[in-house]
Amino acid sequence: MKVLVCVKQVAVLGDEVEFTDDERDVDPDYLDFALNEWDSYATEEALRLVEAAGSGEVVVVSVGDEDMEDGMRRCLAMGADRGIRVEAEGRLDPIQVARALAEVVQSESPDLVFAGVQSSDSVQAATGNALAGLLDLPSVAVVTKIDLGDGKATVNRELEGGLVDVVEVDTPAVITIQTGINEPRYATLRAIKQAEEKEIDMRQAGDLGEPGSRVRKMFVPPKGEGAEMLDGGAAEVAQRIKEIVQEKTA
Amino acid sequence: MSVLVVAEHLRGQVRPITLELISAAKELGEETAVAVIAKDPAALADQVDVEGVNEIVSVQVEQDEFENDVYRQAVEQLIAARSPDVVLVGFTVNGMGYAPALAARLGIGFASDVFALRREGGGLVAERSFYGSKVNAEVEFPGHERTLLMIRPTSWPPAEGDGAAVEAELEVSVTGSRARHSDFQEIAASGDVDITTADFLLSVGRGVGEKENLEQFEGLADKMGATLSVSRPLVDQGWMPNSRQVGQSGKTVKPKVYLALGISGAVQHLAGMKTSGTIIAVNTDPEAAIFNVAHYGAVADLFEVAEELEKLY
Ligand SMILES: Cc1cc2nc3c(=O)[nH]c(=O)nc-3n(C[C@H](O)[C@H](O)[C@H](O)COP(=O)(O)OP(=O)(O)OC[C@H]3O[C@@H](n4cnc5c(N)ncnc54)[C@H](O)[C@@H]3O)c2cc1C
Ligand SMILES: Nc1ncnc2c1ncn2[C@@H]1O[C@H](COP(=O)(O)O)[C@@H](O)[C@H]1O
Repeated sequence: MKVLVCVKQVAVLGDEVEFTDDERDVDPDYLDFALNEWDSYATEEALRLVEAAGSGEVVVVSVGDEDMEDGMRRCLAMGADRGIRVEAEGRLDPIQVARALAEVVQSESPDLVFAGVQSSDSVQAATGNALAGLLDLPSVAVVTKIDLGDGKATVNRELEGGLVDVVEVDTPAVITIQTGINEPRYATLRAIKQAEEKEIDMRQAGDLGEPGSRVRKMFVPPKGEGAEMLDGGAAEVAQRIKEIVQEKTA
Repeated sequence: MSVLVVAEHLRGQVRPITLELISAAKELGEETAVAVIAKDPAALADQVDVEGVNEIVSVQVEQDEFENDVYRQAVEQLIAARSPDVVLVGFTVNGMGYAPALAARLGIGFASDVFALRREGGGLVAERSFYGSKVNAEVEFPGHERTLLMIRPTSWPPAEGDGAAVEAELEVSVTGSRARHSDFQEIAASGDVDITTADFLLSVGRGVGEKENLEQFEGLADKMGATLSVSRPLVDQGWMPNSRQVGQSGKTVKPKVYLALGISGAVQHLAGMKTSGTIIAVNTDPEAAIFNVAHYGAVADLFEVAEELEKLY
């Protein structure tokens, strides 16, 4: 049982923002980085499936520069066996990332490929499904439960409004994992240390082709019209909240 | 520009996103065609025959319900037959199941979670957000003559009015659906309360930090005469039953007052509460996206505000 998990180190913007000179992105000085929340659930799910199978391997894959390896190390500390990083610089769109991932999937021939439903910094919700398209693999998006069978899996696809679509999918398949599917384990300090020793294989990307779109300009969205900010300390804010609630629920 | 809208339907009903896509198409198109891919498309065609639709293309398939291989193949053949400049699909769970795959295979222009659109010169400009909705971006599609856009739900009003669309049919050949619908399950209403009928919701998000802190807010909600609701992460972690979850995959609510404490304002959360009568948001982050929809906002620590509220009630 071999599960390949696509993981991304996402950028988190603090409470201040400046843009790069060409205005096409946020100045990296204003960004912190963390493993994408969805990808920790995907890693956990892969670990559980391999553990249940009794043997196999969880391989984490990232496309990006060296900073991506911090997120990969977290997954390795959770228990993933090894990592593969496809070297790439700058902003790629999800279809270019999928092209890079496709080469890795082809060379690794996993039984399942997992990606997160979305990455919190760019909310494309596209990379996993684009990968399935390029490789012509079966796929299901937004999955909250997986029961593995022989050559297929029964999965819950979470629709809007809490409705679940039970889907039978042929495997190998690409599945995008939704939060809440499990409870991701914490890595022990010892595991974090051991993860330093695990292998991350670095590869060069082939031709990633043209992006599906390109950012022309980033800007801070205009604040909601008529939004009134309540000033003062907590006591004043609470007092105003009470007044507003009384007025509006009357 | 000619626009192809892919209708979305579930259990015999066209979903609201379809009518929103038709409104979005009006921003671009001289010609809008709506494709209805279903076992019995004729039964759904009426629901999309609204003002602004020029043509309804019925595409008959074997499957009653959405399956991604079916949609991927059918839309690929629709594109080949109709050569639209722009294809509009919902940024929905169904859309996420096939539209990126299609765009990747065809190598056409692509953007998801688009909430604004316009033509500029001969080209197309779309808006979407990045970095936890704190930053918006204009994106363009250089080198692409055809573009597939996934549209954020509730960004356009639903199209309405009487239509006079021409009806057409397209025969497609769909082989091997490899991810097959077998059943629908309603998530059991483990619920003690119905948050959709409350006049006043006190809603808490990940800002509460720990499960142990939640009790305090249950108490506060009681005192204030509010019903407690939550954002998704609190349900994911098993701290609260899903009957209390506000948002796209939870409940859509429209109370008179929605008091959001420690909720960042992710699109999927906003989708469930942004039409509330009065929205009050408390967040330590002045750039939090929730302030973009709030009527009143306070950049403050939710625990300090909660403590003061306790004293007042
Ligand atoms: C398909 C899909 C469906 C989804 N459906 C839903 C849904 O139905 N409902 C939903 O809510 N989400 C949903 N999500 C998840 C959504 O994308 C976000 O991850 C989620 O809404 C974030 O919840 P949050 O705002 O509580 O947490 P965060 O985004 O982590 O925000 C926490 C906020 O608390 C603030 N904060 C921290 N400490 C304090 C303090 N002491 N005082 C005041 N403020 C503080 C922070 O500044 C931050 O803004 C869905 C996602 C997907 C992909
Ligand atoms: N650069 C990347 N490297 C590896 N996986 C990625 C990368 N970008 C996105 N992904 C995967 O695709 C998922 C969805 O991201 P996105 O399509 O950007 O919203 C993530 O949760 C990851 O699993």
